Amino acid sequence: MRAVGLILAGGNSYKMRELTRKRAVAAMPMAGSYRAIDFTLSNMSNSHIQKVAVLTQYNARSLNEHLNSSKWWDFGRKHGGLFVFTPTITADNGNWYRGTADAIYQNLEFLRKCHEPYVIIASGDAVYKMDYNKILEYHIAKKADITVGYKELDSHTEASRFGTIKMNESMRIEEFEEKPMVANSSVVSTGIYVIRRRLLIDLIEHCAEEDRHDFVTDILIRYKNLKKIFGYKIKDYWSNISAVDAYYQTNMDFLKPEVRSYFFKELPAIYSKVSDLPPAKYNPGAVVKNSIIASGSIINGTVENSILFKKTFVGNNCVIKNSIILNDVYLGDNTYVENCIVESRDTIRANTRHVGENGVKVVVEKNERYAL
Amino acid sequence: MRKKEMIAMLLAGGQGSRLGVLTAKVAKPAVAFGGKYRIIDFPLSNCINSGIDTVGVLTQYQPLRLNTHIGIGIPWDLDRNFGGVSILPPYEKSGSSEWYTGTANAIYQNLDYMETFNPDYVLILSGDHIYKMDYEVMLDYHKENHADVTIAAMPVPMEEASRFGIVVAEEDGKISEFQEKPEQPKSNLASMGIYIFSWQVLKDALIALREVHGCDFGKHIIPYCHGRGSRLFAYEYNGYWKDVGTLGSYWEANMELIDIIPEFNLYEEFWKIYTNSGTLPPQYISANSVIEKSIISNGCEAYGEVHNCVVGAGVTIGQDAVVRDSIIMQDVKIGDGCVIDKAIIAENSEIGKGCTIGIGKEIPNKLKPSVYSFGLVTIGENSKIPDGVQIGKNTAISGVTEKYDYPNGILESGETLIKAGERL
Repeated sequence: MRAVGLILAGGNSYKMRELTRKRAVAAMPMAGSYRAIDFTLSNMSNSHIQKVAVLTQYNARSLNEHLNSSKWWDFGRKHGGLFVFTPTITADNGNWYRGTADAIYQNLEFLRKCHEPYVIIASGDAVYKMDYNKILEYHIAKKADITVGYKELDSHTEASRFGTIKMNESMRIEEFEEKPMVANSSVVSTGIYVIRRRLLIDLIEHCAEEDRHDFVTDILIRYKNLKKIFGYKIKDYWSNISAVDAYYQTNMDFLKPEVRSYFFKELPAIYSKVSDLPPAKYNPGAVVKNSIIASGSIINGTVENSILFKKTFVGNNCVIKNSIILNDVYLGDNTYVENCIVESRDTIRANTRHVGENGVKVVVEKNERYAL
Repeated sequence: MRKKEMIAMLLAGGQGSRLGVLTAKVAKPAVAFGGKYRIIDFPLSNCINSGIDTVGVLTQYQPLRLNTHIGIGIPWDLDRNFGGVSILPPYEKSGSSEWYTGTANAIYQNLDYMETFNPDYVLILSGDHIYKMDYEVMLDYHKENHADVTIAAMPVPMEEASRFGIVVAEEDGKISEFQEKPEQPKSNLASMGIYIFSWQVLKDALIALREVHGCDFGKHIIPYCHGRGSRLFAYEYNGYWKDVGTLGSYWEANMELIDIIPEFNLYEEFWKIYTNSGTLPPQYISANSVIEKSIISNGCEAYGEVHNCVVGAGVTIGQDAVVRDSIIMQDVKIGDGCVIDKAIIAENSEIGKGCTIGIGKEIPNKLKPSVYSFGLVTIGENSKIPDGVQIGKNTAISGVTEKYDYPNGILESGETLIKAGERL
């Protein structure tokens, strides 16, 4: 592959509410047994990108733990491999990453030492499958300076979470608005970019000289008339998870057979860190309907239209409906949970009731865990 | 010189012929167990959990599945710079070349491998038992007694003792006598085939008995050491230990995992069992399915009913299918509307729509009554069963079968159906 990968995984989002208290968005558990960043990492690996840097900043402990070995994504190679860059104090810099461009600037040495002619930049908070070779070929064919992967959303309302773009008939981007108050386009940037490595280094250095720090506003938007920036349409499933409702909906999408088949059955596969858990166990009293169950779970109650992540314990007479239960949660007997996201490692006491009345409720409960 | 205090030699070359079609293509240690595991995962995990990071795995019969399963040992943390797991098949030598003719002969042929690690102790294991055991505690016992050989042994009911190799031990554990499958057992301590040898004692015995054809630990090495006055001790083990040598015991041991609190608990944090499963998606249970008293592995899609089953990874259970009291291995597809009772269905098999499996009277199997019994239906890996057929009890099927293989659409109880190229 002629490109190195850069994954921007530093972010936090207030739209994730309590869920990012303990981790970066990229480390959010996804679809039962994955984490959000697995999708981008697997895409990189499956596209034969052999050198990948992950830039992290916000509460990276959980993410670092997930990435502590690169072998799960087959990056444990002699050449290239997986690099994790957190901000460090150096002789001429004592700042945190002040933005995406600054994050790249602070690790520019990594890019300078690469020999690959191109860079694929992606975020760690989207669920999708993509062969980056395709977008790279498009980039070369278009003789583009920068190529931006875009997605057409179903509605305008959600578009205001993203950068919206408008292109001319040759797909060159003419308008680019970052997180508009009122979106007048449902075509959004996916945060997937292709750029020549030399050009990226130049642009990032210019940015730094002018004390600008953001890749979107200070490079894409600022240079859009000067540089040839093209859009590349992402036709298949793509979903960004960095808001509670989007996170909930993306997980629930996996209850649809076509989504499951696309991600779980069709090759190439999505990889994740293997967690050595036993098969899920269904005891007498278990009633499970239209749900995804991850390994290590033990079920004694009712589960409907829900996603149970790894090592969930569901007590007797529990009822769980339309909910997402994250890793290693213990639900005591007679618990009722509906329309909720239960934070990982929670212990829900017996006879508790949690219902998301107006939308999804995020449940964070730290109780003493009774011995199993 | 770099050294390892104790290394393990894991005997994994046996066929396990009493498992019938299950071991037609794989060695017994590679047979699936408990949904996502293979039998060899248990001794391998015991090794790493006991702090043994050097394991030689001796293979001979159908080793392909074992080789790919073990790989370089990543799942068991046995990928090491020095030590780790090594697959040791028989190899050609300049003088005499032979297969492994017996358990001890296999170890003898790998003396050089063991010498590399300059060990103080060698642990001999077999790859066909289900148990959790801390070999380090056994080693401590070995050292305390200044023993030359320590044999793990477990109490069995006296009336069954005549089926085992029995050790007769004094109160301090010192072994005074051996009885191989005795008619009148003097003790109920059965040898589990797990030995710790002090290196020099093992080496001397293997060299002294190198000419013995089919040299075996139980039959030759242990009696030889005993005869020479070596210090032999019995290490009594009282935990869960299961020999899954027959289809009946294999089926039973799997079913025991389903109990509410199983005697052999895979859900304990302490002493995890590792396996090579790769990344698999979670399982999906559809709106119309009924899952009860079962364990189900990653990547399964269930649309029908599952009662009392152990289901491996990537299995699909069709609409309105009912599966009871069965072991379904990895990537099996069960067609819509099947009714399956008490069956063992091995990897990658496809069961057509509307089949009824495990019906009728229990008639002994005509071909191998001692293998295919217990009322089970055993279906070998990569088999195909056409739509709508009925299959009786104590039957065995292997290979791609067609409608015409089933007279009147029925395979009667006690019949065996092995298609071209398949061996028993």
